[in-house]
Amino acid sequence: MKGLDAAMNAIPSRLVDRPIIKAHMAAGFAFFLVSLFAGMLYALQLTRLYPFPGVELLSPGRFRMLHTNAVAYGFLINLFIAVLYWVVPRLTGHPVLSARLSRLIFVAWQLIVLATALGIMGGHAQAIEWGETPTFVDHFAVVGVLLLVVNVATSILRTRGEKVYVSLWYFGAMLVWTPLVYVMGNYLPQYFIPGAGGAAVTGMYIHDLVGLSVTPLGWGMVYYFVPLILERPIWSHTLSLIGFWGLAFFYPLTGIHHFYYSPIPMYAQYGAMMSTIAIEVVVFTVIVNFFMTLRGRGHLLRTSLPTRWFFVGMVNYFITCLQCAFHTTLPFQRIIHFSDWVVGHAHLVMFGVFGFWLIGGITYLWPKLCNRSWYSPALNSWNFWLSAIGLTLMFIDLTAAGLVQGFMWRDLAQWEKSVIASMPFWHARTLAGTMIVTGQLLQGYNMWITARMPESPPEVERQVAASAA
Amino acid sequence: MSRMETGASVMVAAGLGLFVLAGFLAGYLPVSHLARIEYSSLDKVAPAPSPDFIELSKRYPEAFKAAFGAPTKAAFHDALRTARDRYIAEACWHCHSQYVRPVSNEDQRFGKVSWAAEYRNEMFLPHLFGTRRVGPDLIRESGKHGNDWHVAHFMDPTLVAPASVMPRYTWFFDGDMPNKTGLAMITYMQWLGSWATPEALAAQAEKRSEP
Repeated sequence: MKGLDAAMNAIPSRLVDRPIIKAHMAAGFAFFLVSLFAGMLYALQLTRLYPFPGVELLSPGRFRMLHTNAVAYGFLINLFIAVLYWVVPRLTGHPVLSARLSRLIFVAWQLIVLATALGIMGGHAQAIEWGETPTFVDHFAVVGVLLLVVNVATSILRTRGEKVYVSLWYFGAMLVWTPLVYVMGNYLPQYFIPGAGGAAVTGMYIHDLVGLSVTPLGWGMVYYFVPLILERPIWSHTLSLIGFWGLAFFYPLTGIHHFYYSPIPMYAQYGAMMSTIAIEVVVFTVIVNFFMTLRGRGHLLRTSLPTRWFFVGMVNYFITCLQCAFHTTLPFQRIIHFSDWVVGHAHLVMFGVFGFWLIGGITYLWPKLCNRSWYSPALNSWNFWLSAIGLTLMFIDLTAAGLVQGFMWRDLAQWEKSVIASMPFWHARTLAGTMIVTGQLLQGYNMWITARMPESPPEVERQVAASAA
Repeated sequence: MSRMETGASVMVAAGLGLFVLAGFLAGYLPVSHLARIEYSSLDKVAPAPSPDFIELSKRYPEAFKAAFGAPTKAAFHDALRTARDRYIAEACWHCHSQYVRPVSNEDQRFGKVSWAAEYRNEMFLPHLFGTRRVGPDLIRESGKHGNDWHVAHFMDPTLVAPASVMPRYTWFFDGDMPNKTGLAMITYMQWLGSWATPEALAAQAEKRSEP
């Protein structure tokens, strides 16, 4: 399979547009660092160590929104575009529609993210969680997403009549879902549906963004990269297809679980609860598939850093989904809703799962895109340990904080007492965040230096040379 | 069967079909159900300038005059809309929720449990339910504190709540005096939940009994 790996990377440049993939990856990682920086600042506010108090344009509340938006639109979308451009032409045999369009999308999307960041910091945020994108940027974001859909879906549709690999199922459905989800969430509650009904739609938006954009892209990516990195086919193709239909059926029904016990009709809340529990069962298809594929190849965890990122991401996925199947029920919600428990859960799934998979993808792809080996594998390893330990610490810390807060609130402790009780947890969270930021800065530095090193011959040529010698 | 497994059919069946199904079940049903409640403009939920708004016009006559002129109904509505937009821009809604749940003694802590009709009005387009409470819920904030408390609290929360981690909103002030934003925010805080009166509840209960 080494040969397969080499062959996959030897695919001619007219099929895969390497420079644009590299650009999206670099931009995505840069926005990731921005997001981490914003998250750190917000954490410092909670520990009352905020460095810029009383400055309007550097207000911590605005940084809180920058944190999530930079991660969603700057980091995740850019990285996922890179993955789509790398994977889809390989699986379909057709390049994306137009290299010129790819460039236009790249520039347009970075401008959209920058306008979002400046708009939020300038005080023009929209009251849609995960969609604080200012209303005047929304229209451009819709156009940007549609252009991406046209660019990538063309390659998938050109496979007409052929059976396609499961990754393309996930990617294809995601390309339909993403613009629908974006329009639904950013327009309906803003202009048309007030109050509790608007909250129902916003809840769907929050979770559809995770469930119908990030998750199918993540799973498609896992089903593509994991067999390649582990050098063996996926354990069960059938299971991956069951997972697909399960995701497509249950995930869009779950959103109202963000507003349990709100004035949204209870039948909708019960429906959301049941489909959320169902989706946790569906998620186990991808988890089981990964671990069964890994079976017998555990030694790769020591030698292959991408494998390790995917592995820890999968372990985190198991934890986060198991946790979710419980805390989506009403008895849990009485205590943990509104608390740091949920913040811990969000970090575990967005960073600990999808972030880890993407960083695994970067670790695997960046040297190939640059035609160089990593400047320092040691720095990558440092990032892995700092991020993995930092995230685990953050998750445990925030989960515990959530329980403390939730029970104090229920027991009618004075509100300020719950803030005082949270303080040690918030300090620990800042420490955990510092570890993650440090690790990712090392990764960014490593990417930067690697890209600037003198080019080494591509892996294929080296192998050809080696076999000739 | 193999025809089912093409890219296009997956995109239509899963991408479009199941999304529309979910949109109907989890979106259209509850939304249309709630839409049976009459939608109120600001005239209904803010029928007259609140006492707090009038008090602000006397306490800070110059700042108030520059910002709103006289404390009329139109000025009151201007203040509420200004503050709602600022409440969104400053991410207040990321640390304060705006609904009281029927569990965990929240009615004892905050006040009446929220009901759907409260939110069918202009001030909740977009809704501001929130998903996290670093600070307390605000939907029953009206009348809990005086205007002076809010002035001090926006200037520096620790003046009145020593353990608070809320940021200082010094840009709601010109010097020591609240500016238009500050006056609007205080008006909004004093308005939140002000229409959740026993009479409103009773009227709501009557409406509900109609077929």
